[in-house]
Amino acid sequence: MPESTFEPKIVAFFCNWCTYLAADSAGISRFKYAPNIRVIRVMCSGRIDPQFILDAFAKGADGVLIGGCHPNDCHYQEGNYKCLRRFNLLKRVVRQMGIEDQRLRLEWISAAEADRLRVVVNDMVEKVRALGPLNWSVAPEPLAPVHAAGELRVLQEVSR
Amino acid sequence: MFEQNGSVRIGVYICQCGTNIAATVDCRAVAEAAAEFPAVVVSRDYKYMCSDPGQSLIQQDIKEHQLNRVVVASCSPHLHEETFRKAVAVAGLNSFYMQMVNIREHVSWVHANRKAATLKSIDLVRAAVRRVARHRPLERGRVNIHPDVLIVGGGIAGIHAALTLANAGKKVYLVEREATIGGHMAKFDKTFPTLDCAACILTPKMTAVKNHPNITLWTYSDVSRVDGYVGNYKVQVTRRPRYIDEDLCVGCMECIEACVFKQPKFSDEFNLGLGKRKPIYIPFPQAVPPVAVIDPEQCIQFKSGKCKKTCVEACGDRKAINFGQQEETREIEVGTIIMSTGFKTFDPQRIPYYGYGHYPNVYTALEVERLVNASGPTGGEVICRDGRKPKTVGIVHCVGSRDERTNRWCSRVCCMYSLKLAHLVKEHTGAEIFNFYIDIRTPGKGFEEFFQKLLNEGVHFIRGRVAEVTDWALDPSEENKLVIRVEDTLSAFVRRIPVDMVVLSTALEPQEDAQDVRRLFNIGCSTEGFFMERHPKLAPVSTFTDGIFLAGCCQGPRDIPDTVAQAGAAAAEALALIDAGHVEIEPNTAFVNEDECCGCRTCIPMCPYSAITVNEIRRIAMVNPVLCKGCGTCVAACPSGAMQQNLFEDEEIFEEINGVLSYA
Repeated sequence: MPESTFEPKIVAFFCNWCTYLAADSAGISRFKYAPNIRVIRVMCSGRIDPQFILDAFAKGADGVLIGGCHPNDCHYQEGNYKCLRRFNLLKRVVRQMGIEDQRLRLEWISAAEADRLRVVVNDMVEKVRALGPLNWSVAPEPLAPVHAAGELRVLQEVSR
Repeated sequence: MFEQNGSVRIGVYICQCGTNIAATVDCRAVAEAAAEFPAVVVSRDYKYMCSDPGQSLIQQDIKEHQLNRVVVASCSPHLHEETFRKAVAVAGLNSFYMQMVNIREHVSWVHANRKAATLKSIDLVRAAVRRVARHRPLERGRVNIHPDVLIVGGGIAGIHAALTLANAGKKVYLVEREATIGGHMAKFDKTFPTLDCAACILTPKMTAVKNHPNITLWTYSDVSRVDGYVGNYKVQVTRRPRYIDEDLCVGCMECIEACVFKQPKFSDEFNLGLGKRKPIYIPFPQAVPPVAVIDPEQCIQFKSGKCKKTCVEACGDRKAINFGQQEETREIEVGTIIMSTGFKTFDPQRIPYYGYGHYPNVYTALEVERLVNASGPTGGEVICRDGRKPKTVGIVHCVGSRDERTNRWCSRVCCMYSLKLAHLVKEHTGAEIFNFYIDIRTPGKGFEEFFQKLLNEGVHFIRGRVAEVTDWALDPSEENKLVIRVEDTLSAFVRRIPVDMVVLSTALEPQEDAQDVRRLFNIGCSTEGFFMERHPKLAPVSTFTDGIFLAGCCQGPRDIPDTVAQAGAAAAEALALIDAGHVEIEPNTAFVNEDECCGCRTCIPMCPYSAITVNEIRRIAMVNPVLCKGCGTCVAACPSGAMQQNLFEDEEIFEEINGVLSYA
């Protein structure tokens, strides 16, 4: 894929009470941000198993963003601290695997910080775009994408 | 019955939400793409999925096509997850066989590129389709609702909510941190736009609170701990010592009269420092409870232990004064909580060029409320701090509101209270009044008429944000005056208006400790720091924590009628829970796969609720589903994968990850 058309895919794990709500609030405020993130909702950032992150990288994510409540503000008292501990450990592991730091990011974004969500997503997309695709293939060759008909139509229509 | 042959049959529904989604996302293309995902039997787009016909569309398909899973791509699950869960349940499907995809808040409203938005929607729908195939049927647990209610804050909001609930026969605990209830409203003189006296309409309600058999009133008290969950909160209340026995004091005020301080000497908080009080005092004559308070920082007995204690003598046989009173803590159990903690007024010293605290004749609006109040420090006479009666008064609107440098929001009540004060000050002094405003905002019943009345009374209105208040006289007419410099934006020149008194219409801000209180109750704050409602339109008095409701200015600036209406709404929400007797809770609790658990105890310290124990005989972990709140932290920690979370099982999340990343 040529560098100029590279659109990073970023998988985001957002906690239900803070960052997911911040994303909802960004929508209600009609803030515009890069369409590259795919949000997966978990109840608490403490639910995020390091395996999820490794799996996301293995399946083709160019970056992983974790969003949780600010320290002291966790809906479940301390899940975000547990998340932080795992994150710090995982960050070292991931670095040793050759994945750049900017590809894995943990941000505390409260429900009130819709604008911060926008800034963080845009910033991360830009940084990962600059790094280029993560060629971290677990499979020897990534499978050629198979498009569903509707998807294909959109791709063709807009490229016209 | 649908899974007799074990096959998964999924229906996918893409909502256009009018044009909210359809304008940015090609809903038809998403539906067509979804039709080809594995196990998808039907895939449709429709104008409004949440409408009755939209829901029946799903229900018909479930029957006709023997669907056993449903994916709805529409708005945030925080808005309509319940709607669609109920809809599939009506058609005989387990509610948890439905998965929502958020393509409005997370896609159409935040992206402008139609192609990118459509592809993103397809990815998200694919993830949901893969995930929902893994779903299991779940049953909701039920918890009983304790019928008692805690109300935090005894201003007009708390008072109204307390009376509403108490009249309905519910037992209410009203906790107030000041020595009296009444809040800000008790300090006001008249209320806009009807000009009825605040005390006349408030104090009967305050007394009713005190006398109501169903209300336990604790003033001078703070909530110090909150545990539990909807229906079953355990709350600890700390009662600070007022050194007067509340049960024995009759409010005769003889102790105050008898105090060794012959003259009131200390700044009177109720009158915002405009008046003086003694170390033993009652905040204001109609205070509820009508019980004195001793300030140990000022009382000689506390400072030296060598006071003649004339107050004790005066109290005589009643023996209400107790210098040895200690802080007490009370534990209560309640089912629901109403937050009515109110607001604080903006400190105008943050805008130094308005001269508050520097020029004595610059006042805040709340101070002027006390000045025009007949029971205020001057007995209702408007006299400046320098003893003069003002002949000209300038009222500066939007002090700390609608300003990038301080607060961006409109405080909603300032225009109207400024107009009211203009009327009252004019009535009391005959002074010439200038209002300096950005816009006059009078949306409310009788508000605009009130503004017209003021115009007819000859009050001046100058449109422009005041640049400065100064005592620097440029000509003799400005000597000994405060000069307001302002650009009159309607006539487009800069004016200097000399006045005797400046009134700053200060903004309404969140309470100083709103953030601490929010953490204590596990609720949220919005950007400005006011408590956050669950939904601005559909759940304006609910919070994200079930069983906790909001009333009054703690949620945002509002006037008295709106506050009372909201307090009534909060009381009704609490009543609805209490009368239902129970509430269904999300089944997203953790559970243990017994075959895979090795009893390593990794999960135990993860749980902040002590919901996990180890069965010592079988050496496996066990989750108490009543205590588990469903965060999933233990699940992420489990080394063997034995611990799982309903609705967020590892497999379900892995499917989602694969779904958003794969093309087929």
